Amino acid sequence: MALTVNTSSEQKTLTQAPLLKIWVPWMGCNLNRRRGSAVPQFCNSPTMIVMVGLPARGKTYISKKLTHYLNWIGVPTKMFNVGQYRREAVKIYKNFEFFKPDNEDAMRIRKACAAAALKDVAAYFAKEHGQVAVFDATNTTRERRAVILSVAKEKGYKVFFVESICDDPEIIAENIKQVKFGSPDYVDRDIDEAMEDFVQRIECYKASYMSIDDERDRRLSYIKIFDVGSRYVVNRVQDHIQSRIVYYLMNIHVTPRSIYLSRHGESELNLLGRIGGDSGLSPRGQKYANTLATFIKSQTIKDLKVWTSHMKRTVQTAEALGVQYEQWKALNEIDAGVCEELTYEEIQENFPDEFALRDQDKYRYRYPKGESYEDLVHRLEPVIMELERQENVLVICHQAIMRCLLAYFLDKPADELPYLRCPLHTVLKLTPIAYGCKVESFFLNIEAVNTHRERPLNVNINRNPEEALLTVPDHI
Amino acid sequence: CGYHVWNFSEVQILITSRPRRPKLTFVVPQHLCMTNCPTLIVTVGLPARGKTYISKKLTRYLNWIGVPTKEFNVGQYRRECLKIYKSFEFFRPDNEEGLKIRRQCALAALNDVRQYLSVEGGQVAVFDATNTTRERRGTIVKFAEQNDFKVFFVESVCEDPDVIAQNIVQVKLGSPDYIHCNTEEAIEDFMKRIKCYESSYQPLDEALDRDLSYITIMDVGRRYLVNRVLDHIQSRIVYYLMNIHITPRSIYLCRHGESDLNIKGRIGGDSGLSARGKEFARSLMKFIQEQNIKDLKVCTSQMKRTIQTAECLGVPYEQWKPLNEIDAGVCEEMMYEEIQEHYPLEFALRDQDKYRYRYPKGESYEDLVQRLEPVIMELERQENVLVICHQAVMRCLLAYFLDKSADELPYLKCPLHTVLKLTPMAYGCKVESVCLSVDAVNTHRDRPEKTHMLNYLIKCNFFSCFYFTCCKHKYSNWKKRFSSVTFFSCFVKDALTCSHSHNIFQCFESVLRDSPGAQKKKYFVEFVGSTKIF
Repeated sequence: MALTVNTSSEQKTLTQAPLLKIWVPWMGCNLNRRRGSAVPQFCNSPTMIVMVGLPARGKTYISKKLTHYLNWIGVPTKMFNVGQYRREAVKIYKNFEFFKPDNEDAMRIRKACAAAALKDVAAYFAKEHGQVAVFDATNTTRERRAVILSVAKEKGYKVFFVESICDDPEIIAENIKQVKFGSPDYVDRDIDEAMEDFVQRIECYKASYMSIDDERDRRLSYIKIFDVGSRYVVNRVQDHIQSRIVYYLMNIHVTPRSIYLSRHGESELNLLGRIGGDSGLSPRGQKYANTLATFIKSQTIKDLKVWTSHMKRTVQTAEALGVQYEQWKALNEIDAGVCEELTYEEIQENFPDEFALRDQDKYRYRYPKGESYEDLVHRLEPVIMELERQENVLVICHQAIMRCLLAYFLDKPADELPYLRCPLHTVLKLTPIAYGCKVESFFLNIEAVNTHRERPLNVNINRNPEEALLTVPDHI
Repeated sequence: CGYHVWNFSEVQILITSRPRRPKLTFVVPQHLCMTNCPTLIVTVGLPARGKTYISKKLTRYLNWIGVPTKEFNVGQYRRECLKIYKSFEFFRPDNEEGLKIRRQCALAALNDVRQYLSVEGGQVAVFDATNTTRERRGTIVKFAEQNDFKVFFVESVCEDPDVIAQNIVQVKLGSPDYIHCNTEEAIEDFMKRIKCYESSYQPLDEALDRDLSYITIMDVGRRYLVNRVLDHIQSRIVYYLMNIHITPRSIYLCRHGESDLNIKGRIGGDSGLSARGKEFARSLMKFIQEQNIKDLKVCTSQMKRTIQTAECLGVPYEQWKPLNEIDAGVCEEMMYEEIQEHYPLEFALRDQDKYRYRYPKGESYEDLVQRLEPVIMELERQENVLVICHQAVMRCLLAYFLDKSADELPYLKCPLHTVLKLTPMAYGCKVESVCLSVDAVNTHRDRPEKTHMLNYLIKCNFFSCFYFTCCKHKYSNWKKRFSSVTFFSCFVKDALTCSHSHNIFQCFESVLRDSPGAQKKKYFVEFVGSTKIF
């Protein structure tokens, strides 16, 4: 929310919030939404994203991904899966008969579940200050969508529909295999039974399915996704967040691929326990680069793209691979401002307050004349967008960067992000499967210093230096 | 002698801190071609549907983000061919002579497209014509296949008579075709011209054209149909097209009020407003109130001086970090004289290529443009906006709106205490400059003559450092950078005018020895060319 200021002829002296390094008119004012934003907050109505589509069309996949993405870029988002509500209401799923259109009891339960979910959406917006709610259900009838629209209108929410349309039987079958067999509904069935039952379930919806109509629904805001992204129809995008959502949805795909994340090889400054800077690889780091080249070759990855930052240590690591690579300035390590090239001990000695503030809120803390993890996330957004578009990619980057990227793929919240473990000389292979990401970790057997600093117990500004330095890893 | 003597390791860092800008633009496609294919954007639509507006805007945007783009307007070719436009009869579907000329013009334009994309190193060409028949589009697709270009169609469909009339009034009446007509005559003729196309118009079809890549824009952006987006650049184009609008509005750009560091002649930093700066803020407030702007949104950077300026306005504002001033790295808070003293090489390099030059541990204008791209996207989405920013940032934004090249961008004049009001109209942007009559220092540095580099080189023994570095350097990118003739001949000229000539040959010998075969000839030619001066 933009800050509302009382007009006054007196010019207030600005003060800089110590942790965030943001200038504010006076210390007590609400800083909530003002941080280094690439997501302007001009519009304040909460938005409901409403999924539409037959079962096994990827609605939950899209919902989860969209929720991860929006949360990662700093828009509080929550997903409401009506199927979950139904599972809690009904406890045991017998078979597809539950979904038959003439099953009145079931219909009543399903309506009640949808209503309960809508109530929780309202609570999320009103009490938990959410900005976006993703309402994940089939919503295949005009009637159901009308109910949602009237609730939204009454409460002043914006509504954006996302409809997924697909008639390719192979894609649907693949979908069912990937996610439905593992569902709690089919826990005790064998694969063929489950497949048959699910297909019948889809049939139950088909008769009453009314797609969003380009004529009758021309006043609604929506995107229709055809055949997993081969075609889109976009209608009446109302604001910035909807425009970002459309851009994101148009860039994701389901083609199987893997993303390899690795840091540069051990650097000279790493050995000295100094942060930041732009030093070259140590001998062990060079060995790692060579081993990485061997590892990559052994994986026989099809059409691998390699990305590095502009800093010497990642470029040197990539050079050893002997393949073409792209340099992205956005992948540069976090700028530690006045603390660049200092050891943690030196930071404690010269900037003890800053050091304590950083431990208090490592995600939002901005180095003086430097950046915060939060700034990093915004800087990395185009990288994430391009990673979504690409297929097989190897990203050679830095500790803070890798933490941000990992948090995006593994859906880690902001307070865990700065403490994710990203050791040197270890490659993480991320393979999207089902609704998440499989992670395989490969330590390439070359020793390196540890650069991971855990959060110490005492984060008070008045703490002793020993308490502050308790968790600093060893170095020369 | 007062100049810094560079040792090997410092020079090495300088060189590595300036690698080439990453190419964000192209993803290698699997089937069509193995290198970065150029893209041919083809507009489709009846006259007065905004095709040229879209073409020009898209071209401006792509050039600004660093993708060499050029538009080819077939109407222009027709005007050159025909010289005098008589009436709509030229466009009648049964006018054989007319059809022949129009076809020739299209082919001539395509030929120039091929020249631009295949020979001149362009990346995107925008083919701006009606292209309303499937047959014409088929010809273009074939042409693209033969030349290994990707094709992306941009169709504009609109049936709203108000929008079409507005369009005609804004851009057709001023067209060279209607210079000698009065308004009613022109409108009548143009409406008949549109009719000539209507009967043969075959819009892109969901079924028949399902293998093509295209976007159909309906009713000036109310609805979009997007089919088969193949790569990164097409995805960016779609995102851009979906964010632009034609609702009348104005964008106000200004810098923060004069700051304390401005007065001291120091760059960067995060100081507060001087007394005159505060006065400007008050004048700005009065100015904004007088302008009576509907729903004005105000945004600033996260630096004290812009925020202090906005605070005075008494309206809500937003802080955007991407609007922060260019990071001058090690030169932050220095005066230009101090930079000349402590970093003479940097100072000289900056004047050589101010757009691409990156401060050590800092940024370049090129980096700024990348940083500002989301800001531009949001400015396109918004309506009335006031942006309170900084000199370098304002230059980048201005260059986008006024279509200034990378070469001109760093030298655009953006004085303190002056508000620029940009109002998009027709195919461009009207600029009104309002100086708010509050004195301030001048922070503008004009493009200097290229004497700094040579002076510097003559004064110090840089050449041997260069040699040492060039030969020992491990990275692959530096050679591409230093093979630019200007830079190389600077060194050569300098060395030959002082007593380093024997060094040159030694150095050059080593450079040749280390170069890959293909480069040897190139370097040799450049070397000979440079020494010819003497």
